[in-house]
Amino acid sequence: MKTNDVILQTTTKVVFFIIFLFSIHIFFAGHFAPGGGFVGGLLTTGALLLLLLAFDLKTVQKALPFNFIIVIGIGLLLSLGTAAGSIFFNVPFFTHAFDHFTLPLFGETELHTAMIFDAGVYLVVVGSALTMIQTIGGDA
Amino acid sequence: MELIMAIVIGILFMAAVYLILSRSILKIIIGTGLLSHGAHLLILTMGGLGGIAPPVLADGVTDYADPLPQALILTAIVISFGVTAFILVLAYRTYAEHKTDNMNLMRGNDEHD
Amino acid sequence: MTNMINLLLFPIILPFLFAILLLFFKENIFMQRLLAFIGLTVSLVAALFLVAKVKTDGIQVITLGSWPAPFGISMVSDMLSALLVTTTLLITLLVVVYSFTSIGKERERYFYYPAILFMITGVNGAFTTGDIFNMFVFFEVLLIASYVLIVLGGEKQQLRESIKYILVNVISSALFVITIAYLYSVVGTLNMADISVKIAQVGQPGIITVIAVLMLIVFGIKGSMFPLYFWLPGSYAAPPVPVLALFGALLTKVGVYAIMRTYTLFFINDIGFTHEILLVLSILTVIGGCIGALAYFDVKQIIIYNIVIAIGVILFGVAQMNEAGISGGIFYLIHDMLIKGALFLLIGIIIYVTGTSNLRKMGGLMKTHAPLGWMYLIAAFGLAGVPPLSGFIGKLLIVKGAFEAGTILGSIIILASSLVVLLSVIRIFIYAFWGAPTAELPVTNHRSYRKMMIPAVLLVILSVLYGVGTEWLIPYMADATDVLLQPSIYIDAVLKE
Repeated sequence: MKTNDVILQTTTKVVFFIIFLFSIHIFFAGHFAPGGGFVGGLLTTGALLLLLLAFDLKTVQKALPFNFIIVIGIGLLLSLGTAAGSIFFNVPFFTHAFDHFTLPLFGETELHTAMIFDAGVYLVVVGSALTMIQTIGGDA
Repeated sequence: MELIMAIVIGILFMAAVYLILSRSILKIIIGTGLLSHGAHLLILTMGGLGGIAPPVLADGVTDYADPLPQALILTAIVISFGVTAFILVLAYRTYAEHKTDNMNLMRGNDEHD
Repeated sequence: MTNMINLLLFPIILPFLFAILLLFFKENIFMQRLLAFIGLTVSLVAALFLVAKVKTDGIQVITLGSWPAPFGISMVSDMLSALLVTTTLLITLLVVVYSFTSIGKERERYFYYPAILFMITGVNGAFTTGDIFNMFVFFEVLLIASYVLIVLGGEKQQLRESIKYILVNVISSALFVITIAYLYSVVGTLNMADISVKIAQVGQPGIITVIAVLMLIVFGIKGSMFPLYFWLPGSYAAPPVPVLALFGALLTKVGVYAIMRTYTLFFINDIGFTHEILLVLSILTVIGGCIGALAYFDVKQIIIYNIVIAIGVILFGVAQMNEAGISGGIFYLIHDMLIKGALFLLIGIIIYVTGTSNLRKMGGLMKTHAPLGWMYLIAAFGLAGVPPLSGFIGKLLIVKGAFEAGTILGSIIILASSLVVLLSVIRIFIYAFWGAPTAELPVTNHRSYRKMMIPAVLLVILSVLYGVGTEWLIPYMADATDVLLQPSIYIDAVLKE
């Protein structure tokens, strides 16, 4: 069936980036304000879902030629690696470290190892949500 | 407030039990979804409803909600999200294989004597 | 190595790490096997170190993220959990070796080994955690991995049974969350040591007893206790034998462990009521399992119902709440993990050799596969508890505990059940190994038969050693029993820091 979804497709091209940027914002907002890897990942998935609705699975797969299982694997490794880093300092697992740095452009910033952990969560959420969608959607 | 929550949770559980006892797989899955929603609300209520206070403790803040139930719910939601997605895929595959979504027809184990 | 505070987490983290690594090598079966084998071996070594450390230094505790104890998630490794973790890894390692020849390339390519390793992460985590909500999380980890394992392959019967398995577990998990919510509202804490302290302070009012019974229902579903084992025979018969061996040896035992832990740590102030329920239900579990074990002519079903019997026997020991009973329960728990693993692997070989799981279609295997027959016979005697094999000491202690506590009728039923167990497994021996060969055996590869025998024989030998070496194991078991009998040891270890 050929449907005319020019409006949806055109809007999507703009809205996708808005949602995606917002998801990045939410991701970095984490730790002190509401946000973090899980919500950020879900929002990104939402943006990708919109792409999927407007175009189709094949187009999106061509645009994002990742194996999402690998994405999950990388995410899990990041998270586990961050948590396990504490083993080398002989402090309890999951202990996180943070310090203040003065970065160009950002000024004084507080950097946490929890951030890397959250990046892992982000990747896991995106990867697993898209794997699910691919599994169900690819069949229909 | 607790009373209203109790009633809401009761209704959710009631609907969940009704759906789980039905024959169609899809209804059963929706039922398990409702069941876990009820359970999540129950955690929230059991932790004590903190009114409008935020679950954050900072210097000078005396009125704050218990953050633990919220953390627990988030965990439980993520888990039930994952499991529900898994069952949906499984139900779809089962439907494709067995050509039915009626649990009555999926009964039994004809291989044993 | 001497002062490593994170050691108790290694049996949880290492399988997880290797499971992640395996995700990257989906198509490479050689890497899948190699990494799964290495991962489990390394974890096993870590677990053995852990047992040694717990033996010398006492209970190991760590609270994640450096939070102070009742607030952060505590991981606690006492002798019981260290021993269970070690046994788990040992069995999994052998089952994985067995899988190399028996599971088939199709499944190996579809995340079979990662699923096993994720499941072991969950199992070991549930054995180690000292936080009741964290226990729920680890239960979910092992359950989700088990969903993958049970459905992997996607045969018609598997799909049908896994739907039921998953639904039962989803509902029981929801019940678990509800129970935790009630518990949290009463005691306001999730740390298991702290819960024990708080319950002792409020002196077990009625609501705690309600929670105790709810917990019993939740863990009873997971651990297949009467009358909640209805889902077990159907679901466990569906997946292939290595998966069945893992499920039968490990998954139900996690539920039993949870009952042991909660009923010796939390609900100890109204034993007259809660433990009486546990006692009655455990006896009914034994009877129900016995009926099932005798009723079927399917080898899988017979051994599956023997799981149910064993669960009943272990819980019967725990319900006595005295030293002999609990110590016997622990002995029997580990014995049962080993022997169920061995038995499932052996009947897997029988099924492979004969091409059927129906006893009536078998016969005369003794002429062609004598070693298999003798190994099976040893395992069967071990299961029934013929001295000096591994089941004997556990059952002896359990019955001794029951006589001390005055539950004469129950002890007699437990003893009688041993005969039924013996009958049910010897029936397999008689039908499958004696008599004239009934039909032409399907053509099987003799090399893969021998490869499958190695892990099975190793497990049988281990279980025999476990029985013969009882004397040597007693100090370890005594440590494990002490913690269960005196919750203050556990509480002090967790909360003192």
